[in-house]
Amino acid sequence: MSASSAKIVVESLSVQYPDGTESLRNISLAIPANQITVLFGPAGGGKSTLLRAFNRLNDLTDNVRMTGRILLDGADVRALDPVTLRRRVGMVFAQPVPLPMSIRQNVWYGLELAGERDTRRKDAALEKSLRQAALWEEVHDRLNASAFTLSGGQQQRLCLARVLALEPEVVLLDEPASGLDPISTAKVEESLQAIKQDYTIVIVPHSVQQGARIADMAAFFLQGELVEYGPGRDIFVTPHNKRTEDYVTGRFG
Amino acid sequence: MSRQLTQRLVFTLIGLATAMTALPIVLVVGYIAVTGLPAISAEFLADMPREGMRAGGIWPAIVGTLYLTLGTGLIAVPLGIAAAIYLAEYAKDNAFTRAIRIAIINLAGIPSVVYGLFGLGLFVLFLQFGTSILAGCLTLSIMTLPVIISTAEEALRAVPQSFRVVSVSLGGTKWQTIRRVVLPQALPGILTGVILGLNRAAGETAPILFTAAAFFLPRLPASVFDATMALPYHLFVISTQVPGMPLKIQFGTALVLLAFVLSMNVFATIIRSRARARRQW
Repeated sequence: MSASSAKIVVESLSVQYPDGTESLRNISLAIPANQITVLFGPAGGGKSTLLRAFNRLNDLTDNVRMTGRILLDGADVRALDPVTLRRRVGMVFAQPVPLPMSIRQNVWYGLELAGERDTRRKDAALEKSLRQAALWEEVHDRLNASAFTLSGGQQQRLCLARVLALEPEVVLLDEPASGLDPISTAKVEESLQAIKQDYTIVIVPHSVQQGARIADMAAFFLQGELVEYGPGRDIFVTPHNKRTEDYVTGRFG
Repeated sequence: MSRQLTQRLVFTLIGLATAMTALPIVLVVGYIAVTGLPAISAEFLADMPREGMRAGGIWPAIVGTLYLTLGTGLIAVPLGIAAAIYLAEYAKDNAFTRAIRIAIINLAGIPSVVYGLFGLGLFVLFLQFGTSILAGCLTLSIMTLPVIISTAEEALRAVPQSFRVVSVSLGGTKWQTIRRVVLPQALPGILTGVILGLNRAAGETAPILFTAAAFFLPRLPASVFDATMALPYHLFVISTQVPGMPLKIQFGTALVLLAFVLSMNVFATIIRSRARARRQW
């Protein structure tokens, strides 16, 4: 992989939480543009911390200590305005959190924060992003209903649409399917495959199987350490590292 | 004694205790209503007092209490909500904010007559506002602020943190997040606190005793620098200072004050329960 195709470059990143626990230890990796990169491994490995470092959501937690650098298109994310950064790097969380407003307002929300007032443009983005998230057919006739009337799976796809409406460059997904039924999961995965030519996608999957299904690139994290990183086919089928192999084949989990 | 019997006995006692706490409220309201109701008439509500306040109406006291309550709201509500937003959303947990919190808690515990004396010293004498609606509203505001601040802060904190994280992750600034998500969700709780605070302002006598209240005025106040009659002080005056006062006028006045305060309470309860029914998180 050439350096020019890397969307995000992580250089010697270490993250420490205020209680002294180390969440990430000296991580370096390059995440390619327009591909799906999977971060996987047992719980507590530092995957979510790394995601939240990409859009500086760790800033909301007091006293997280970070050393090393994260470059987005070559620029240090800590030198960027966090509000602008988060528009460029969108995030879908493990638990779907619809805002307490209508389906339409949920998708409009980010656009309105950014100053968009034109209803036609907002509605165009609404339909486009709901289609991308495979939700349009199910909700187009009740866009003004409360987002809480949707099922859990629909709520999660709404959260994806809400992010896509902002047309970010990077979409981060933190176990987006953890609470979803298999059909909703399949729909989310299909959506990701369909949109990846326009976006750089980084996902923490909720299972090794899901990771293997969608990974272009895959990184295996164990207790804050990046054990192995490479093309998904290599990592999930012919891993080089014994620990990766043990985890992928289900010897520990 | 069997366990079942013990249980029945305990529940009976607890039930009785509950009934005993409710009883005084029923008795007070009932007694005041029965004794005061004969006094209530259009003349009583809308006329000036006559014959040394032994006849006529209590219109200037009603108007005065409305002015004092509204004026207190104009001062205390924006200040209180601003302080609550600062404490709940912006303030870091450090010595400074802990000191502010302790100050607010202690402010709530100060006897109201002390507020009255403080208002007399600061607003009436030092700032030379005189015995006036302005001085009374400022004094009542200081007394009301702790109630508004602590209920509003609690309402803001009750809004799930996940809403804030989501809003920020969608490119929201902290202030956009507060204004568009947190405040609307906390509003019913904030309103409840505002009404309860103003309720207290409407019913207190001591804080306006030295700062705003007049024994008797032949006309309505014309500006915020005029003194005013007010229901709680008027009730105090006609109950203790005027000999030969008809009982029904005293209880009629008490009934009007009670109705004023209780209706605000009912209003707050309705807001709260309607918001709770609508809430989806």
